[in-house]
Amino acid sequence: MSKILVSATVNGDAQQFLCEPGDSLLDALRTQLQLTGAKEGCGSGDCGACTVILDGRMVCSCLVFAAEAEGRIVATIEGVADGSVLHPVQTKFLEHAALQCGFCTPGFIVAAKALLEHNPDPTESEVRYWLAGNLCRCTGYDKIVRAVMDAGAQLRQEQRPASERTTA
Amino acid sequence: MNAPENPSRFRIVGTRPVRPDGIDKVTGKAIYSPDFAAPGMIHGAILRSPHAHARIRGINTRKAEALPGVKAVITGRDFPTVESLEVSLGEGSGNILHTSRNCMALEKALYHGHAVAAVAATSEAIARAALALIEVDYEVLPHVITVAEAQAPGAPIIHDTVFTSGLDETPITPSNTSSRFVIADGDPDAALAASAVVVEASFSTQPVHQCYIEPHGCVASFNADGQAQIWASSQGAFMIRDLTASILGLRQADIRVTPLEIGGGFGGKTTVYLEPVAMLLSRKAGRPVRIMMTRDEVFRASGPAPGTEATVRIGAAADGTLTGAIIEFTSRGGAFPGADVHPSAMHALAHYRVPARRVTGWEVVTNTASTAAYRAPGAPQTVFPVECCMDELATRLGMDPIELRLKNAVRPGDKGLNHLPLGAVGFVECLEAAKAHPHYTAPLGPNQGRGIAGGSWANYGGPSTVELSVADDGSVLVVTGSPDIGGSRASMAMMAAETLGLPYEAVRVTIADTSSIGVSMATAGSRTTFATGRAVVDAAKEVIAALRDRAANIWGAAPSGVEWRDGAAHCLTGDNAGQSLSIAQIAGRAGQFSGQVSSVVSVTSPDYLPGFAVHICDTELDPETGHLRVVRYTAVQDVGRAIHPDYVEGQLQGGSAQGIGWALSEAYSFNSAGEVENAGFLDYRMPVCSDLPMIDTVMVEVPNPGHPYGVKGVGEVPIVPPLAAVAIAASHAAGVPLRHLPLSPDKVYAALQSRN
Repeated sequence: MSKILVSATVNGDAQQFLCEPGDSLLDALRTQLQLTGAKEGCGSGDCGACTVILDGRMVCSCLVFAAEAEGRIVATIEGVADGSVLHPVQTKFLEHAALQCGFCTPGFIVAAKALLEHNPDPTESEVRYWLAGNLCRCTGYDKIVRAVMDAGAQLRQEQRPASERTTA
Repeated sequence: MNAPENPSRFRIVGTRPVRPDGIDKVTGKAIYSPDFAAPGMIHGAILRSPHAHARIRGINTRKAEALPGVKAVITGRDFPTVESLEVSLGEGSGNILHTSRNCMALEKALYHGHAVAAVAATSEAIARAALALIEVDYEVLPHVITVAEAQAPGAPIIHDTVFTSGLDETPITPSNTSSRFVIADGDPDAALAASAVVVEASFSTQPVHQCYIEPHGCVASFNADGQAQIWASSQGAFMIRDLTASILGLRQADIRVTPLEIGGGFGGKTTVYLEPVAMLLSRKAGRPVRIMMTRDEVFRASGPAPGTEATVRIGAAADGTLTGAIIEFTSRGGAFPGADVHPSAMHALAHYRVPARRVTGWEVVTNTASTAAYRAPGAPQTVFPVECCMDELATRLGMDPIELRLKNAVRPGDKGLNHLPLGAVGFVECLEAAKAHPHYTAPLGPNQGRGIAGGSWANYGGPSTVELSVADDGSVLVVTGSPDIGGSRASMAMMAAETLGLPYEAVRVTIADTSSIGVSMATAGSRTTFATGRAVVDAAKEVIAALRDRAANIWGAAPSGVEWRDGAAHCLTGDNAGQSLSIAQIAGRAGQFSGQVSSVVSVTSPDYLPGFAVHICDTELDPETGHLRVVRYTAVQDVGRAIHPDYVEGQLQGGSAQGIGWALSEAYSFNSAGEVENAGFLDYRMPVCSDLPMIDTVMVEVPNPGHPYGVKGVGEVPIVPPLAAVAIAASHAAGVPLRHLPLSPDKVYAALQSRN
C-alpha cells in the first residue's frame, strides 16, 4: 500500500509528511517531523505524555491517525515557547521544580497551557481533574499543581492593563 | 571523617536554583531512549510467550526470515552459554544466568510475556509482522501464580536447579521455595511469653510495578571487530555495559554505553532486558538496532516489586517498651529468585530497639515476571505489618502512637543493620517533628481516620568517579557517570560551586558515557548525591589545592600563605599580601604551567547513614462504596542536609504518592491461564493527579558527619511508611483492621459488612 501525503500546519509552519494508513499522529510527529518532544508512554491514551493540540483541542496524539491531521492545525511542546522565550507554564515548571525525570513534562505543559487558556483562574481541584489524564510517577503531582496555579496567576497579571499590574 | 562545614558559610547549598537540564526538559529537546536514532538504524521487536509456563520444543523462524525487510531473527539459542554467577547490581545482586534467561527464554517460557525470539527489520511494522510468522512449538505446562499455588503439594516445579537455600540442611529435591533468610537475636519466644501485651496479625501486599512513564528502550550497534555501542536509558550505564558483556561474552572495554535521559526508574532500570537482545540482532544484521518496549510489554515482562505475606507477633511491657518480635514472611519472586528477602528482613524492625527478635523470610518463585528493585526494595512490604502492629499496640496500651514510637526509637549508638553502632540518625527528631506538626492534632471530619507510621532505609555509598576541570576562562566542568534521574546535575553543580566559591552557573555538569569516565555504580540505593557528590567535593578540593599552588608560584609565596576564598586565591604573606587572583586569572595563565588544572577522583564511600521517616495520613471513607481517599498527607524525614530542598521535597512527595498507590489501588490481575489481565495504565491504577492531595513535607536535618555537606540518601525512605500510614488511617476510618493491600473499594466494603 502506498503512503499518504499529509499537509498540516504544525507549530505555525506549513508541513508535509508521508505516513502509513495505520500511523498515529504521534508517530508522524516523532519520526517524520523529528518533533520528539511528545512521548509515547502507553500508546493507548492513558498517560497523556503525547498530548498535543489539534485545531485548538487537547488530544492524545497516539489516538489520532496521522492522516487525520490533513489540513488541520497542530501545536506541540516544541511550539510552546516563543523562540527562546519560555512560556510562563514552562518557567513555572522550572521555578517550582515540577519535574524530576522530565519524561511526562511535555505532555503536562501542553495540557496545562490548554487549561489556562480555557480557565485562566482554576481552583486546585480544577487543575487536578484537568490533569488527571497526564500520569507522573516521580513528583506526586504536588509541585506540578503549584506550578500550574502560579503560571495562571502570572498570566492573569500579564493580561491586566499595565496600570493595574503589581510588581512582583 | 570530615567535619561538616559550618552551615552559616553556605552560599549555595540549601538554595533552590533552576536545574541546568531544565530548559531541555520543558521544551521537548531532551533526548530519552525513544528519541535517539543512529544512522542506518533498523527496528527490533520481541516475540513473547502467550503461556505462563511452557516448554519450548522448537522454534521455526524460516518464514520470518524470508519476509522482505527482515534483517535478523534470533532465539535463545543465539545467546552464549553462561555460568550461574552472582553479580552486584544497582540494588542488591543478580545472577548472570538468570538475567540472560530473563532476556530470552531457552528451555522454557516462565511467564506470560517472557521473550522467546526477536526480529530486526527495516520498519517496526515489518518486525512485528515477522513475529507473527515465527512458529513456536510449546508444550504448555501447569503454572503457579500465587505463593499458595507455588507451595502446594505436587505444585509444578519451575526450576529443577533451584533448591531451598538457607536451610540447616540443603534439600535434595528442587523446590519453588528458593530461599530462607533468618535474622535472630535473643530469645523472642520467652520475651513474648513474658510481655504485658502481645499483638499478632497477618498482612499481605501485592506485587506492584515501578510504573516509570518511559518504557524500556535502547539502540545497540555491533561492529565486526567486536567493538560495540549502546545508547540507553537506565539507572547505570556501567551496569548495562557489564551485564551485556557478561551475558554475551564481550569485553567491557569493547562496549561503550551512552546514557540517554532517563524517564523514571525507581529501581526498575537497574538491570537489562533489551540490550543483549538488540546487540545480538545488530551483530546478525550488521546495522544498529533499536528496541522499544510497549507499555503492555513493560507490565508483562519487567519489574515488579515482590508482594509479601507476613505474620507479625510483637510484644511490649505495660509502659510500652518493646520486648520482642517474631516475624515470618514469604515474598513472591516471580520467575527467578531475587525477591529482596534480605532487605525485607533487615528493615522490618530497623527503626526500633527490640531486644529479642526472629525475622524469617522465605522466597518463592512463580510463573510471573521476574521481580526487580523498586525504591527501598523489600522494606515497605515488612515495615507495613510492623507499623500496623505498633498502632494496635498503642491502642491496646492506651498510648499515643508517636509516644510509643519515641519510647522505642533507635538512637545514635544503638546497634544498626550491620551490627555496628548507628551514627547520627534522626528518627527521634522525625517523631518529635511529626508530633509538633499541626497536622497531627488537626480535627478529623466525619468518616475520616488518621494513621501515623515510621520506617527506615539503609541507603548506600559505593563507587563513584568524577572529573572536575577548569576551562581557560575559569568556568568549571564536572563529568560523572551517574545518570541524573531527578535533579542530580543541579546538586552536583551546587556542591562544586559551594566548594570552589563560585556562582552556581559557573559549573556545568555532564553525564558521560562509559568510555569517557571511570566507573560509577548505578543511580540507586539513594547513593548519588551522597557518593558522587562526595567525589565532586573531593575533586573540587584537589583543584583548589592546585590553583592555590599556582597562585603561590605567581606571587613567589609559600602555598601555605595563600588562602582560597570566594572563587579566588588571596595572598596572606610576603610582598604580595592583600593581593588576589580569581579562578579566571589563574586559569588564563595555564600556559605558564602544565596546562589547565583538573582532577579525577574515584571514591568508595562507606560512611553513608540510614534515613528515617515518619508519615501522617488522613483518609476519608465513603461508607456507601468502600472507596477511600487520602485527604491530607505529611511526610517528615531526616534528610541529613538538603542540597537542593525542592528536589528533596520532590523525592518525599513522589515516594509518598507511590506508597499511597501501593496501599490503595495498585495490583496485578491474573486470569486462570496465568495471563496479566491489566497490562495497561487504564486498568493498573497508579495514582493520578485528582486522586491525591498536596503532600506536605518536613525536612529534618541531622547532618551526616561522613559527608562534606552532611548528605544522607533521601530517595527511597519515603516509600517505606506510606503503606502503613494509609492502612492505619483507613482502619481507623472504617473501625475495622484493614490488613490486606490494596484497600480497593470492594475489599473495604466487604470489611465494613463483616463489621456490621
